[in-house]
Amino acid sequence: MNKLASKIPDGPLETKWTKFKSTVRLVNPSNKRRIEVLVIGSGLAGASAAAALAELGYTVKCFCFQDSPRRAHSIAAQGGINAAKNYANDGDSVFRLFYDTVKGGDYRAREANVYRLAEISNAIIDQCVAQGVPFAREYGGLLDNRSFGGVQVSRTFYARGQTGQQLLLGAYSALSRQISKGAVTMYNRHEMVEVVMIDGKARGIIARDLVTGELERHFGHAVVLATGGYGNVFYLSTNAMGSNTTAIWKAYKQGAYFGNPCFTQIHPTCIPVSGEYQSKLTLMSESLRNDGRVWVPKAKGDKRKAEEIPDEERDYYLERRYPAFGNLVPRDVASRAAKQVCDEGRGVGPSGLAVFLDFRDSIKRLGRALIEERYGNLFEMYEKITGDDPYTSPMRIYPAVHYTMGGLWVDYNLMTTVPGLYALGECNFSDHGANRLGASALMQGLADGYFVIPYTIGDYLADEIRTGSTPTSHPAFEAAEKSVKDRIDSLMNVKGKQTVEDLHKKLGKIMWDYCGMGRNAEGLTKALGMVRELKKEFWSDVRIPGGAKEFNPELDKAGRVADFIELGELMILDALNRKESCGGHFREESQTEEGEAKRDDENFSYVAAWEFKGEGVEPMLNKEDLQFDVVHPTQRSYK
Amino acid sequence: MGDTINLKLKIWRQKNSKESGRFEIYDMPGVNTHMSFLEMLDVLNDRLIREGKDPVAFDHDCREGICGMCSMYINGRAHGMLKGTTTCQLHMRHFHDGETVTIEPWRATAFPVIRDLVVDRTGFEKIMQAGGYVSVNTGNAPDANNLPIEKSKADEAFDAAACIGCGACVASCKNASAMLFLSAKVSQFALLPQGEPERRERVLRMVAAHDEAGFGSCTNTGACEAECPKGISISHIARLNREYLRASLSQE
Repeated sequence: MNKLASKIPDGPLETKWTKFKSTVRLVNPSNKRRIEVLVIGSGLAGASAAAALAELGYTVKCFCFQDSPRRAHSIAAQGGINAAKNYANDGDSVFRLFYDTVKGGDYRAREANVYRLAEISNAIIDQCVAQGVPFAREYGGLLDNRSFGGVQVSRTFYARGQTGQQLLLGAYSALSRQISKGAVTMYNRHEMVEVVMIDGKARGIIARDLVTGELERHFGHAVVLATGGYGNVFYLSTNAMGSNTTAIWKAYKQGAYFGNPCFTQIHPTCIPVSGEYQSKLTLMSESLRNDGRVWVPKAKGDKRKAEEIPDEERDYYLERRYPAFGNLVPRDVASRAAKQVCDEGRGVGPSGLAVFLDFRDSIKRLGRALIEERYGNLFEMYEKITGDDPYTSPMRIYPAVHYTMGGLWVDYNLMTTVPGLYALGECNFSDHGANRLGASALMQGLADGYFVIPYTIGDYLADEIRTGSTPTSHPAFEAAEKSVKDRIDSLMNVKGKQTVEDLHKKLGKIMWDYCGMGRNAEGLTKALGMVRELKKEFWSDVRIPGGAKEFNPELDKAGRVADFIELGELMILDALNRKESCGGHFREESQTEEGEAKRDDENFSYVAAWEFKGEGVEPMLNKEDLQFDVVHPTQRSYK
Repeated sequence: MGDTINLKLKIWRQKNSKESGRFEIYDMPGVNTHMSFLEMLDVLNDRLIREGKDPVAFDHDCREGICGMCSMYINGRAHGMLKGTTTCQLHMRHFHDGETVTIEPWRATAFPVIRDLVVDRTGFEKIMQAGGYVSVNTGNAPDANNLPIEKSKADEAFDAAACIGCGACVASCKNASAMLFLSAKVSQFALLPQGEPERRERVLRMVAAHDEAGFGSCTNTGACEAECPKGISISHIARLNREYLRASLSQE
């Protein structure tokens, strides 16, 4: 009955992964060649998985919707990647990284997964350096570190403000090498639009060639999804314009459970919205909080320029409320605090929905040159977008949707509840609980791709060595392709009045207003009705120009927005169900007297894994209880 | 706030790689100057869709200047007139009221047009696949700090590695050469000890792939460096030439 077998190995936390690796079943080299694996997505998780699996000898196909795997949105990660190297000699260890991550996630992640992640973190840095990734170095030639929110050690490795770019280019180069060897076949400008199921197992996909609009069938003994997060359900987010939920949504509808869909990370330091035309929000790296101080005026409606407000009339509210962590509190805490001061009428800028991030004191203390070396490209980016110079007046920032901790439920092997279907990186739910710490997304993406899936997939594929390739003329492929074609035809035939963007913006507004930084039962219930209405509106009034058999970005977007609307409904259901506050999920009904998130471990110490039960039918809630053998959940405090 | 300008857009429209294209002119009244250039195109497309016309196809994704997807010629300059800026980071406050803005796709034989402003940059993939990597399998890498690297070298390698692969260098070059792109990768690895074992092979193979993909030769005009949104220096091409010469001379 219970499909939620987490398959966590027995034994003490510290030895689980080692033991797993030495006992997991293997596939011999000659059999690997005959086994085909499909990898969807080419970001840190996808590119590293495709490369690592091909190195092992599997026959791999990899798909991405951009024109090159190098453009996946991992490229935009700025700040850094964590590892427990303890190069700074400041008391760091695998255990501390594990502990910080579990605590940072507000005790809603699986201990065993997080411990494995912390264990692997060091090998990632070694691997990337070996590939020629140019991390920041000190004058002695050794690697440099800095601090991120929610921790008291310096364990973050970085490459200026372009860490994601450099790590992705590393993974992309490893992938390119395998493509040149013929071990990986790359499909650029392709989007996965369906999972093909045969005898209860994932056996392939239907992909759409985004240049010609043609549908293609691809067989695989296993399908690995590494398709990133679904923050664009809010329309405005720091995600790339193309980031979408379609692949994992199709997987959900084919039987993969969806874990904690409402867990969304709202990042505290983004450039505020400037107008109706706004298409996306730009993140200013959390690393800025190492040297920048966050403040608002003490008085409401103080419209003076920042420079004209004397120190005694400024409220450095993070330093005041959280003296132990100061400006480096975790993201969820910082975001809520910003919302609170703005709600009090103390926000700054034309909209009143912004706070200052001020470098005045750091520039005075360290000199402009050093600040420029640390954050030059970020300051430049800020100036390009806003026209203001952050060296002379403080940045204005506001929280924005950035990352989704929720995703497909996976077991210890990263397999979903559909046999043969895996989920890696941001698209799974596993490691960050209810709030992700800074510089941990890159760590997880590469851990899953380089070091976890190459071992765990063998456990499944060992049984598949006698399974030959299924020809794509199989009726299951036939049926899957037909259902995709029918859906595209229905979309094209609506011929309504609203653009895809119109409908997407409407969805975003509902989600941000009722399922954003603050959530309550009344609002969520209202939003549920609104999203259901919006779904009807979409399917009766969307307008898509052009044809289905041509390069048609509006059609691509329409398919994605249709899926986002359905996902929005699930997120709201999940947020309604979770009557506690934890991490990024803040139920206004559940807060401490000081306005901090109040968890309810007695009733909600579980992963909510939602099961699709058919169109128009309420999904079913399955629960994976969380066991804490090592860390004892306490009310999180950063004071 | 609330500042607007009126523009005329002259945009290259082309249905697909087979049909020939043409310019079309669109009036753009009331453009908010705080918009990005791509948001301005979003507004145009929104209007075209409502009028029952085909929107202008253009490549874009991250919209924060790092993915390298956006690619267009604006008034005869790759990514527009601002130095060190991709199209997605270009904001309308840099344009003047009443101006006509000409928008074209990258022009290069090796980058055929897919539709309107969208081009096929597969040639870059071929160059990367020919040797844009260190041949190291996953696992077994030595401890990262066992390999100290001189900070100045590491920084210079980083400068090269900052390339976003957008293709502005090719589009700006009168020979449609991809030497700046190619040299950035060769240079990054030539500066780092990790790149040493494959140094000779890498440069020979990548240059061959470059020529095979249909990119032109470099005649040192420096247009690539001037237009590169990431400020990749032409000195990397000089290093590439040294690397190539050295490799050619040491050929068995």
